[in-house]
Amino acid sequence: MTTEIKLSFDKDNVRSFSKEMSEPAWFEEFRLKALESFEQLPMPRPDKTRIDKWNFTQFTQHTVKSAPYASLAELPEEVKALVDIDAEHKNLYIQHNQTPAFLSLSEELKSKGVIFTDIFTAAREHSDLLKKYYMTQAINADEHRLTALNAALVNGGVFLYIPKNVEIAEPIQAVYVHDDAEANLFNHVIVVAEDNSSVTYVENYISTMEVSTTVANILAEVIVNANAKVTFGAVDTLAKGITTYVNRRGVVGRDGRIEWALGLMNEGNTISENTTNLIGDGSYGDTKTVVVGRGEQTQNFTTKIVHFGKNSEGYILKHGVMKDSATSIFNGIGKIEHGASKSNAEQESRVLMLSEKARGDANPALLIDEDDVTAGHAASVGRVDNVQLYYLMSRGIPKKEAERLVIHGFLAPVVNQLPIEGVKKQLTEVIERKVR
Amino acid sequence: MAGSTLTVKDLHVAIDGKEILKGVNLEIKGGEIHAIMGPNGTGKSTLSSAIMGHPKYEVTSGNITLDGENVLEMEVDERARAGLFLAMQYPSEINGVTNADFLRSALNSRLGEGNEISLMKFIRKMDKQMEFLEMDLDMAQRYLNEGFSGGEKKRNEILQLMMLQPKIAILDEIDSGLDIDALKVVSKGINEMRGEDFGCLIITHYQRLLDYITPDHVHVMMQGRIVKSGGPELAQRLEAEGYDWIKHELGIEDETVGHEA
Repeated sequence: MTTEIKLSFDKDNVRSFSKEMSEPAWFEEFRLKALESFEQLPMPRPDKTRIDKWNFTQFTQHTVKSAPYASLAELPEEVKALVDIDAEHKNLYIQHNQTPAFLSLSEELKSKGVIFTDIFTAAREHSDLLKKYYMTQAINADEHRLTALNAALVNGGVFLYIPKNVEIAEPIQAVYVHDDAEANLFNHVIVVAEDNSSVTYVENYISTMEVSTTVANILAEVIVNANAKVTFGAVDTLAKGITTYVNRRGVVGRDGRIEWALGLMNEGNTISENTTNLIGDGSYGDTKTVVVGRGEQTQNFTTKIVHFGKNSEGYILKHGVMKDSATSIFNGIGKIEHGASKSNAEQESRVLMLSEKARGDANPALLIDEDDVTAGHAASVGRVDNVQLYYLMSRGIPKKEAERLVIHGFLAPVVNQLPIEGVKKQLTEVIERKVR
Repeated sequence: MAGSTLTVKDLHVAIDGKEILKGVNLEIKGGEIHAIMGPNGTGKSTLSSAIMGHPKYEVTSGNITLDGENVLEMEVDERARAGLFLAMQYPSEINGVTNADFLRSALNSRLGEGNEISLMKFIRKMDKQMEFLEMDLDMAQRYLNEGFSGGEKKRNEILQLMMLQPKIAILDEIDSGLDIDALKVVSKGINEMRGEDFGCLIITHYQRLLDYITPDHVHVMMQGRIVKSGGPELAQRLEAEGYDWIKHELGIEDETVGHEA
């Protein structure tokens, strides 16, 4: 079966956008090549979720013009709550729909050679460096139709580059504010940590409007070189009606380390992939994910860690709560390639359903092509226990509050272990809002 | 005002369509301690669960009132806020919710919005009661009942009782699985609660708890009814002679529910 797909954007549109952004020739060529391959490529196939009726490709607007923020005082209240307004040295990027709207990087980090800027500026000013990492190591443009679409139409994102031996203690934050019902987002984030460096990057995707019938296609590539460490936090709260494809992928070199702290709290249909390729010997990957589904939304969360290096360790921990008529699939994959001896792959996925109509499924998989390894998985899907609620209520706690306690309790083992304090706090607040 | 009155009248209760209680009558007033004794399978725990409102138990006829208010029309949490408390035989374990957060939430739900207890005051109060019950203070930060030993769970039920100060408490086999030291501590907690404003119903198989807590009234339950009532001397006779003499007196062959004479 072939699906007829027609984009409302052709080469001319892409060319003129690229010119408008003063992109280097290679970047424009890259877009055009991806656009060309788009139609031939298949859609991604998230396990156990049918997405053939989902709209990822039909939209009319590629860009909307939004105003930059002259100062943080102009930010909407919801966004102010996410950033440390009073901090003296901020390392903060704010994108308003697709417009780079605020940027601050401390002098100290600049002097150390740290680059933190929007993707267009990066393409203009750090062309060679960006070219080296842009869809070359983590995600390829021709993997499927949606990666190609992102490559062709990218209209936002950041480039964060940490040079060799630079260790940054304070988190670097990017906030992507969505507040235009016409804004379709093709965001591309690249984080590169050179040898022996370390950084914590936190991103927020936030809608300040309740409903929007648009598309979000988000890619994040994280390159962790030898003995480097990246802690990557994300809190996604995109509005109802937005169809989201988000792919966050890390590649980790020898003795490198990546830790993911993901709060996937979109209100619309979402396909989320989070993959870590443990390339180097002794590399380490840890993924912690918290999910709350509600309303009518359907979501698919695939978390995958692939071991190539010897002595590599991969840990997946994922807890989700489904309310109302929400449906979600939790796929967890630990894959150990031949030669990755002495590796360890562990995963745990748990889903709690709060209502009769909520649906949840957890599919753990261990794919192992090497003998000398250790691996384990645990998965559970269950409904909220009426006897637990009865016990709490028998002490005078109203049902709503009892449910709230049970949900917090269910997510707490993951939230409490998140490696970034700010993300922990934000997530606790988002969960509070969503389960009320 | 002196204590409250819990009245149970001709209570019939079914579980999964099977009738377990077949007309229970009971009145507990503030200041009184009642004990319900009886062998296994006679409906004692069903009575306590039905009074509290366990979702599995269906009241088919009869009524329960607290100071004249219809308890059966109240949700479980409303019953608790009206002044009822049930120390459960098998308390639930709740992952991720600390004992302290749970208790503070329970206390605040009684106090109502705007009257919440301050965190410091709460901690002092909880520490004091935990010391009284000889509990490890770090149990406040452990997840509710998770990984607690049988004895720890029972102490924790009594801790909740002392923190929440209900008008009428039902203690469902609070003594089962306790060693003698734990039994003494649990009894100490219950005796501490004793007073004009506190009524209590103790459900037990064994006389030994009643060595530490002297009841005012003792009832024997068989076949889903209270078949005999008396004073503390009744418990002593049961301890000495067992239940056979009652069965004989009433012409009962099998005391469990479903084997009515």
